[in-house]
Amino acid sequence: MEQKRRKAGLGGWLFLLLVLAVYGLIGAIDTETAGQALGFSAKVMQNVLPVLVIVFFLLLAADLLLEPKWIKRNLGREAGIKGWFMAVVGGVLAAGPIYAWYALLRELREKGMRASLAAVFLYSRALKLPLLPLMIHYFGINYTLLLCLYLLGFSILSGILMVKFEDHE
Amino acid sequence: MQKERLQASLKKTVWTFINLLPIIIGMLLLSSLVVTVFPEELSTGLFGSSEALDALIGASVGSIAVGHPLASYLLGGEFLKSGVSLVAVTAFIVSWVTVGVVQLPAEILMLGARFAIYRNVICFFGAIAIAFLTVYTLKLFG
Repeated sequence: MEQKRRKAGLGGWLFLLLVLAVYGLIGAIDTETAGQALGFSAKVMQNVLPVLVIVFFLLLAADLLLEPKWIKRNLGREAGIKGWFMAVVGGVLAAGPIYAWYALLRELREKGMRASLAAVFLYSRALKLPLLPLMIHYFGINYTLLLCLYLLGFSILSGILMVKFEDHE
Repeated sequence: MQKERLQASLKKTVWTFINLLPIIIGMLLLSSLVVTVFPEELSTGLFGSSEALDALIGASVGSIAVGHPLASYLLGGEFLKSGVSLVAVTAFIVSWVTVGVVQLPAEILMLGARFAIYRNVICFFGAIAIAFLTVYTLKLFG
């Protein structure tokens, strides 16, 4: 497990180096575009920072409070319907960019969370409660309600399909 | 005992975060580059053939696109105004929030390659299915 963590850590730095190399290449061809993209990144980072603080404390809380036994009982194979419900609600309430939640999910997976429930959590994030008024404004209330219902249904379906993945793990 | 446990947990979390940091910064830089390099006019010009192909293109563009979901609603609204079908727009909006081609390297690093690829493939076809189901249910009852 520790070796897997180290591999992911090293991979992360290699990934950043690769992205920086792409920037360097684009910067050499078109300095303005690379500059614009950098400026945009700085703006997005300001929005992401509060979410990262929340994720940090959630990670700490998960490590301190959630015992593998608890995870297995509530989000593992023995969790039953309650686990699916928790994954859906957690996903709907999770704010910020998807990649900010990968670390927490990895932590929970290492402690026994089912892959299918991790998939349900990630899918449920598609339902953005604070943005619903805007969606209604653009596409109408019937469309929005229907889409939300299908998104919830498919979040469960994606989990059911991921069960096949668990069987090969 | 409690203090030692807190210190150990804090150390572990800080290390997890240090490992997460290059992925987040890399993702931010990559997303910003994609948004800057591919303007929306390029995407609008792709649509206009059959509904099924439009849905496939909508889901593909949404899968590659990155940014706040709010931007997908705004873009989707503009697509609708410029004559793109609701099926294609729905596939675009749903895949924007469920599929992440640009985020895939980060997902692979954190959750494993098989999990990430399997999940994204399911979400891609799910976006197309949801698009048809939503639009045809609306037609049926609307």
